[in-house]
Amino acid sequence: MNYFLTEEQTMIRDLAAQIAREKIAPRAAELDESGEFPWDIVQAMAKSDLYRVFIPTEYEGLGGGCFEMCLAVEELSRACGGISLSYAASALGTIPIILFGSEEQKKKYLPRLAAGEVLAAFGLTEPNAGSDAAGIKTTARADGDSYVINGTKQWITNGGEASIYTVIALTDPTRGMRGSSAIIVEKGTPGFEFGKKENKMGIRASATRELVFQDCRVPKSNVLAKEGMGFLVAMRTLDQSRPGVASQAVGIAQGALDKAIEYSRERHQFGKSISSFQGIQFLLADMATQVEAARALTYAAARAIDSGEKDVSRISAMAKVFASDTAMKVTTDAVQVFGGYGYMKDYPVEKMMRDAKITQIYEGTNQIQREVIALNLIKESVRGARARA
Amino acid sequence: MKVFVCIKQVPDTTNVRINPETNTLVREGVQSIINPFDVYALEEGVRLKEKHGGTVTVITMGPPQAADALRDAIALGADNAYLVSDRAFAGADTLATAYALACTVRKLGGADVILMGRQAIDGDTGQVGPGVAENLGISHITDIRKIEEISDSRIVVERLLEDGYARLAARLPVVLTVVKEINTPRLPSLKGKLAAKKAEIPVLKASDVDADVERLGLNGSPTQVMKIFTPTRPSGGKKFTGEPASTVGALLSELTLAGISIRKNGK
Amino acid sequence: MDPIRVITKNCIGCKLCIKSCPFDAIALTGPLVEGRTDRNTAVIDLGKCTLCGACVEACKRYNAIVITRRTFKGQEVSAYSGIAIFAEHRRGKIASVVPEIIGAARDLAKQRASTVSAILVGSGVRAFTDELLSYGVDEIWMIDNPSIGDFDEDVQADLVSEILLEKKPEVFLGGGTVVGRSLLPRVAARILTGLTADCTELSIDQESQLLKQTRPAFGGNIMATILTQNHRPQMATVRHKVMTPAAKVSDPKGKVIELNHIKVPKSKLEFLEFVEEKTATVNLVEADVIVSGGRGIKDPKNFDLIEKLALTTGGAVGASRAAVDAGWIPYSHQVGQTGKTVKPTVYIACGISGAIQHLAGMKASDMIIAINSDPNAPIFDVAHYGIVGDLFQVVPELIRRLEAS
Repeated sequence: MNYFLTEEQTMIRDLAAQIAREKIAPRAAELDESGEFPWDIVQAMAKSDLYRVFIPTEYEGLGGGCFEMCLAVEELSRACGGISLSYAASALGTIPIILFGSEEQKKKYLPRLAAGEVLAAFGLTEPNAGSDAAGIKTTARADGDSYVINGTKQWITNGGEASIYTVIALTDPTRGMRGSSAIIVEKGTPGFEFGKKENKMGIRASATRELVFQDCRVPKSNVLAKEGMGFLVAMRTLDQSRPGVASQAVGIAQGALDKAIEYSRERHQFGKSISSFQGIQFLLADMATQVEAARALTYAAARAIDSGEKDVSRISAMAKVFASDTAMKVTTDAVQVFGGYGYMKDYPVEKMMRDAKITQIYEGTNQIQREVIALNLIKESVRGARARA
Repeated sequence: MKVFVCIKQVPDTTNVRINPETNTLVREGVQSIINPFDVYALEEGVRLKEKHGGTVTVITMGPPQAADALRDAIALGADNAYLVSDRAFAGADTLATAYALACTVRKLGGADVILMGRQAIDGDTGQVGPGVAENLGISHITDIRKIEEISDSRIVVERLLEDGYARLAARLPVVLTVVKEINTPRLPSLKGKLAAKKAEIPVLKASDVDADVERLGLNGSPTQVMKIFTPTRPSGGKKFTGEPASTVGALLSELTLAGISIRKNGK
Repeated sequence: MDPIRVITKNCIGCKLCIKSCPFDAIALTGPLVEGRTDRNTAVIDLGKCTLCGACVEACKRYNAIVITRRTFKGQEVSAYSGIAIFAEHRRGKIASVVPEIIGAARDLAKQRASTVSAILVGSGVRAFTDELLSYGVDEIWMIDNPSIGDFDEDVQADLVSEILLEKKPEVFLGGGTVVGRSLLPRVAARILTGLTADCTELSIDQESQLLKQTRPAFGGNIMATILTQNHRPQMATVRHKVMTPAAKVSDPKGKVIELNHIKVPKSKLEFLEFVEEKTATVNLVEADVIVSGGRGIKDPKNFDLIEKLALTTGGAVGASRAAVDAGWIPYSHQVGQTGKTVKPTVYIACGISGAIQHLAGMKASDMIIAINSDPNAPIFDVAHYGIVGDLFQVVPELIRRLEAS
């Protein structure tokens, strides 16, 4: 199907698909089992310049935007939704620097990230602050030329593997979230440790760890934008990364759909392939339609972001919620198509179902996404009413 | 270090099928690719350049669409590419092809190492490498699985044989054909692909490479194809039942008839 | 002039040529057929055309396609006679393909009422003369010189070329071995003649008395028959195990001719060492042959039988999930959905029923041979050849036969 991509977009998508096919697919089942972080695949992606895609050309990137990043994430996720996170989550961690970094900070961090020499991560969530992001308690106390950070971040993707972390911490606890700042902390800084690697239901080839800060001292120059802008940095970052999660979900769903169609042709019952039965045909048709719709919505959100539109929260949240709900449904249906075999770890779809679940949860639960959508609808309605008045 | 890599654009024969009704090759949907063995040769050439400095030049003899293969090669790290293309080359067998490529390498000049894969997956002859070397009057060694060391004038290699490997040294310039054991080729890079898109690929005609027209194309080919036919393939599987002595015997006879050997190193 | 062209005024756009072309090289994109506005004439894409002539044959009625076969001046054909073979040897042994090419040569010599000669060059090679003569070789053209190293292939190519130029056999055959596929092309390029690699069939054409060289092309999807009309000798290589070895003659009458007047040049290659490598387990995914065991193996120690067959075929050992789960063989050997995906030239499945998840890992193999006691095992549906029987009897028999040949 023609998505009217430019030649360069096609290049990016095809290269990501090639990496997925040749490097990721052969190891997906094994890494899901072992939970090992796929450094060799990261290196292959880095050598192919994949990490350059969404970084501006001034900092050794290829100058692509959210859309190009989504094309890559989808193809990688089609082979494995967990391994693709070593790319997508690094993108999440890089976005704050791209959007809010000073010239100096961009020059310092972006070229290395573009080369895939190091990975990035984004640290917002805490044990007691998930959906209620404003409830974060990690502090960054000013002390001379530095901040001293104390606190714990939880469930950070790429935690422990990444080198560059954007951490949201309270520089002025009296002002709540408005007193938070986004601070870059590098791995290896004294006082910055990692918790144990989480044992997860899915996306097991991605590393999820706690970030533990105990009197971790960082220079004040590591603040992104300005002190007090942490909340804004976080919200803008998530706006731009949500299509990334959406495309991860689309990729997982597409991968499951592909397998389901293939299996339905091979599996014979009652003297025919099960793809001859309407029950299966209708299931596959609905799965495919949902995936295509999710893709279209994801592309729309990504393009809106890249066009420079200011208010992208609603479309971005819609893409994320729809794509992730689709992934969950499509992967569940894929298991159903496989029947008993689908339940067995020997077959690839149960993993895809386990992988899909997280897309409904992280980077803002789908409940929060719905709240964002509703509030934006109402806001737009109010604005519309005022304009007409 | 000036490395030349000769590549061939081939149909992906792993995906080629015969249409059972018309007995013709189904080429629809069969992609044209760089001959897989040549990809290994290109990778080795790029590694030599990365280690010792210099350039990697890829050349191919083929129709105009062979330029796509050259662009793929640039995306994989080649610095320059030349398409040797002329109607005069049509119908060339391996002798004529080797002659044309040798003329090109000689004309472009300065080659230290000339690499190519051990065979092309459409022709499977493996004859062009030795032919190029003979035409250039230089040494050749086939089935290289490792380049151990290389200096200005000398190269030490491991050559894979049926029962082991031989370590040999040769003086530069030299033609080497490589086997897949030699390395793991890199994936193309996006920067490479963008460079490939913009690259200027000169097209060299017979006169550009000072080739004697008599020795090119069909005229330059002592061997000529007289007939093409589809081989008898086992259909739906043949099952042998009975005593092991007879079933095994029958199986082995069938295999020999089909030209297939499962004896060690018998392919 | 192009070697093949369409005579537009004879073409009626009937598409018979298109239907006959195995290479999809013809399309009706030429000028309009004379007198019609709805049909175009045929055009041949030189990039895809192999000049096989199928279209010329198909267009016999209208004679609209013409191939102009010319070659540059070749050798004086009538001065050449006899069938010669290259007696390849290394490290004290004649190559195992040699008796087979002698067999093919003897057949050809019979068809041409001529003799079989063997080119034997190297150091201490007179030790091989008895063996070669015992296969019915009429003449051995020998250069036995201590300065010819086993690995001095360039010297061997020089000497073989000189001998061919002097002795003028009309046919010269070599083995499709690593050396054969390197040395013979060099010789062919030196003396400017035609060489066809990996022939599966060699015979003398009744009419033209030329050597008909038949070989697979396009990864084995089609077969091509090739002629070397104007150049001599007509050279061809043959792979091991394709032709039948010559029967030994009870009373060898051949003679040895020493060609010591031919100067032995110095090698430009430097031989450093030869390292023998007999790896018992060839890497599974890269292997050309895989022998796999499944549930039918019944016991871990029975995997020795699979390994033995693998060794005999020079292949790797694979296994189905059942065997791995039972702990009979490590997971690294597992072929299938959650194991390795393989695409060898030959896949021999022993005691494997053929569950979908195993097939997923190996169904793309070029040739599948199944051995199973259950005639209804699904593996037989994808196998090209199947033996219904007890693998504990069939596999030893197979090993025995392969080792004996």
